[in-house]
Amino acid sequence: MKRSRVPFFTTITVLVFFYLPLIVLSINSFNDSRYGGPWKGFTFRWYVRLFHDPQIWHALKNTLLIAVSATLVSMMIGTLAAFALHRYRSRLQMVHYGMIYSPLIVPDILMGMSLLLFFVALKVKLGLFTIFIAHVTFCLSYVTMVVLSRLQDFDFSLIEAAQDLGANGWTAFRRILLPLIMPGIAAGGLLAFTLSLDDFVITFFVSGPGSTTLPIHIYSMMKHGAPAVINALSVILLLITFVLVSASRTMREKTE
Amino acid sequence: MTTAADKKNREWLITGPSLIWLLLFFVIPTLIVFAIAFKPSTPFGGIGAGWTLTTLFDLSNPNYPAIIWRTVWISLVSTIICLLLAVPCGYCIARARRRSRNILLMLVIVPFWTNFLIRIFAWKVLLHPEGLLKQALVFLHLCSPDATLLYNSAAVLLVIIYTYLPFAILPIYAAAEKFDYSLIEASRDLGATRFRSFTHVFLPGISRGVWTAALMVFIPALGAYVIPDIVGGPAGEMIGNKIAQRTFVDRNLPHASALAALLTLAVMIPLMITLVRNRLPETDHRKKGKRIVE
Repeated sequence: MKRSRVPFFTTITVLVFFYLPLIVLSINSFNDSRYGGPWKGFTFRWYVRLFHDPQIWHALKNTLLIAVSATLVSMMIGTLAAFALHRYRSRLQMVHYGMIYSPLIVPDILMGMSLLLFFVALKVKLGLFTIFIAHVTFCLSYVTMVVLSRLQDFDFSLIEAAQDLGANGWTAFRRILLPLIMPGIAAGGLLAFTLSLDDFVITFFVSGPGSTTLPIHIYSMMKHGAPAVINALSVILLLITFVLVSASRTMREKTE
Repeated sequence: MTTAADKKNREWLITGPSLIWLLLFFVIPTLIVFAIAFKPSTPFGGIGAGWTLTTLFDLSNPNYPAIIWRTVWISLVSTIICLLLAVPCGYCIARARRRSRNILLMLVIVPFWTNFLIRIFAWKVLLHPEGLLKQALVFLHLCSPDATLLYNSAAVLLVIIYTYLPFAILPIYAAAEKFDYSLIEASRDLGATRFRSFTHVFLPGISRGVWTAALMVFIPALGAYVIPDIVGGPAGEMIGNKIAQRTFVDRNLPHASALAALLTLAVMIPLMITLVRNRLPETDHRKKGKRIVE
């Protein structure tokens, strides 16, 4: 039976649509023209300038500090939450599921705005600490969902087998369940880490003086000139994304 | 054997951390937004004492209906276009051979993980008066040299589609991958045209994925703020921009809250519908696991 060729051509068009802007951006990062107009010769100038910008390094330090701490905390709380949702089927878990699910859907601007008002109402000073709280809040739901889906695929007869062989509940959990769902927890953590690195909107609402993160710095560069330097920074971030995506795909294939 | 009370305690122990965290930093802040919408503002950018309805009356500002209307139509049109593109893409990826499927998936996931600001910036560069796209269009005589591609609603629509299309493709792919394609063959054998078996067999089969995809585009589009801020200009403003302006520029937090409360209500409706539709599935292992662990 002949299949329609529409899906194939649509997919090709969509992929060109996805990558064309990124390719133009990458080529422009080596363009000696300040505003990325016509080609004016090959240069590494923008990369050199990027590496000599102390503000970038400061922003990167803040970003990594928040991403690492928010990832660790959201991995711990999120994994517990996934266990709770998986094991119990009570009215409490229905409410719990609703609370975990909603932050995934609510637009960033609402989450940023509501946290800002919360911190203003409590007179908490805005800074790295408030950004950390906000990041854990949105990462938590993603980690829970990733770990939960892994738990749903888990074969619980393995636990039964361990218990038949004399393991108590805790041993079975620690020696069988935890190692087997560890890749799921790691995948959740990787997602949390990337989301935290990338977040602009929520961070923008709850950041204070001196707590500039990399996305906030990129935004101010976008608003106030320096387009060529952003091109160079974008290429570096794109390369990091490629590495992270490949790492997470490998991790997934290992568990399947 | 554990008693019922022990079991309940243990449930609270592992539910507690996330429940308390989200109650404190998600539920209460959302309620505060609604409360502050009824508070007066002070000239120093603070929140006044007492309760008032003036902020709500301020929402009848003559600029708002146009902005709300623009927010809704941009969100609806971008959702429809994303679905029209995502259904064939999801189908194509699901039907590809294993190797090419992995490559295609990877190609869709990379933009999904790429920094959001960079993707918007890439379009700003392309649409810029000196940018490649503008010059190509002028060269092909498709637009006049003094036309502006940036700073209008069309630019906002384009970049919203670009940003959220991967979010639409992935759930549709997930549904299309599980679909039983022998059903299509059966319907064709029974005399259905290709188009009819697509609309009457395939689409209903992946409806859950289509529904998720629509929400993944529609809701973030309603709350879009950075995209209209960067490529929209004053002609492409959406509600998100007004919330940010009231917060950062005028420092009128009650007014910003009233707008945010309006947006929250707009988002609640589709959210509630999904919660009811996509309830946590009860799987066999779950029941088994529950029996074993207890």
